[in-house]
Amino acid sequence: MSPLARADTIAAMPEAALAEQAVPLAQALLEASESVLEDWLRGHGQVPGSGEIEGFRLLALHRQAARGTPSFNACRESCRELIFQCNMARVSDDTAARARRLRLAAMVARHLALFVAGKLENAGLGEFCCSARDLRGRDEGGVGGTMEVKHG
Amino acid sequence: MSEKSGISSKYRKVAYYPGCALEGTGHAYNRSTKAVGKALGLDLVELKNWNCCGAMEVKNIDPKLQTFLSARNLKIAEEMGFATVMAPCNGCYHNLKKAEYDLAHDPATRETVEMLSAKAGDVAYQPGHVSTIHALDWIREAIGEEGLRARVRNSLKGLKIANYYGCMYTRPRHIFPEKDQGPGSESTNAPHFMDDLLAAAGAENVEYPLKTACCGGAHTLSDSNTSTRLVLNLLTTAEACGADVIATECPTCHSGLELHQARAAKVFGTVTHVKILYFTQLLGMALGLSARRVGVHENLSDARDLLRARGLG
Repeated sequence: MSPLARADTIAAMPEAALAEQAVPLAQALLEASESVLEDWLRGHGQVPGSGEIEGFRLLALHRQAARGTPSFNACRESCRELIFQCNMARVSDDTAARARRLRLAAMVARHLALFVAGKLENAGLGEFCCSARDLRGRDEGGVGGTMEVKHG
Repeated sequence: MSEKSGISSKYRKVAYYPGCALEGTGHAYNRSTKAVGKALGLDLVELKNWNCCGAMEVKNIDPKLQTFLSARNLKIAEEMGFATVMAPCNGCYHNLKKAEYDLAHDPATRETVEMLSAKAGDVAYQPGHVSTIHALDWIREAIGEEGLRARVRNSLKGLKIANYYGCMYTRPRHIFPEKDQGPGSESTNAPHFMDDLLAAAGAENVEYPLKTACCGGAHTLSDSNTSTRLVLNLLTTAEACGADVIATECPTCHSGLELHQARAAKVFGTVTHVKILYFTQLLGMALGLSARRVGVHENLSDARDLLRARGLG
């Protein structure tokens, strides 16, 4: 199942099922999101790392993916929000709250998958993102960097 | 806070940089920002002969030219005698802040800006002379939440709002040194200034987990389907969170949400009903201004029935 389909499936589950399986479902969402970032890294010729930041591989993968690609930071908070919602789903004693947290987590996971998929699709067009590095700098330096301005 | 008016003298009168979007698709934001300022007793003095900040496009080709464009606007503010310039657009705000940072930290950028300024016959802007604030900072600092609460004539009570800040208001962190400074300051990973202001106006803010997520604005022309999918997820998530309205503080995000809401219905057959309003429109109505005065009729997302039903506008 694709990460997007997994997120959709979890978001659509009934409250009781979500609450009952909150821990494994939260883990499933984190792993699905990790696989999204792994795809991005492999697509860029990198080997996804196995390290963790603050106890989460997702954050380490994000840092690896954003290295040299500032526009990728647009999904940093989505990664952190996903972890927050999953943590809340795991620790909540309340059935409705657990289900609600998981649904929110699924929506954030969905956004992450859409964002990265969109960027992968557009990779051939260059990076027309709000915080992208300059295109000519990429041509000159490989992965961005400051270009020489010649306005003489 | 100063004197009897309860208005901070620091931001009572500031330079105003509307930027290009506020003269076009974001006209309602311009209109409502000015109307709210007037209702609160604040003065906005528009920069004379300002230029485009380069938006998202120029930096992709030549980042130092982009810095020059923003440096010129900062210099105009300085020459007009202002120490503060307010930019309501996230793109303009981001670019002015980035110019300030780059000029302070990168000698090569400074050199380019000086050279381009000289060619234009101008004196180059030197960093540290003008500080840039967003419309959220402006209202929050000038009036404060308590001050706003005291001025509310038509509470937003009962209106459930998802506050959407977009990704440029807080990113990258290093160009916003005033943020993440503890209680009272804005947070880059969980911004709250808009939440605070709208709560002071009586609104009920819903928990919205995508408040800084990308709206795909930069892909609108190159890959509309990506933008539509991202926006649709923002909209459906807001609805799932129980929001009646998504409040925005950026003209690009706002028009993206409106346009892709319509496109999602047409292309993907997914209809969403959540309304999209600028936070200044909501504040304006809370201050007793009419919906027309704050430009609600200019929005593509028609919120008039909802607002009427809530006794607003």
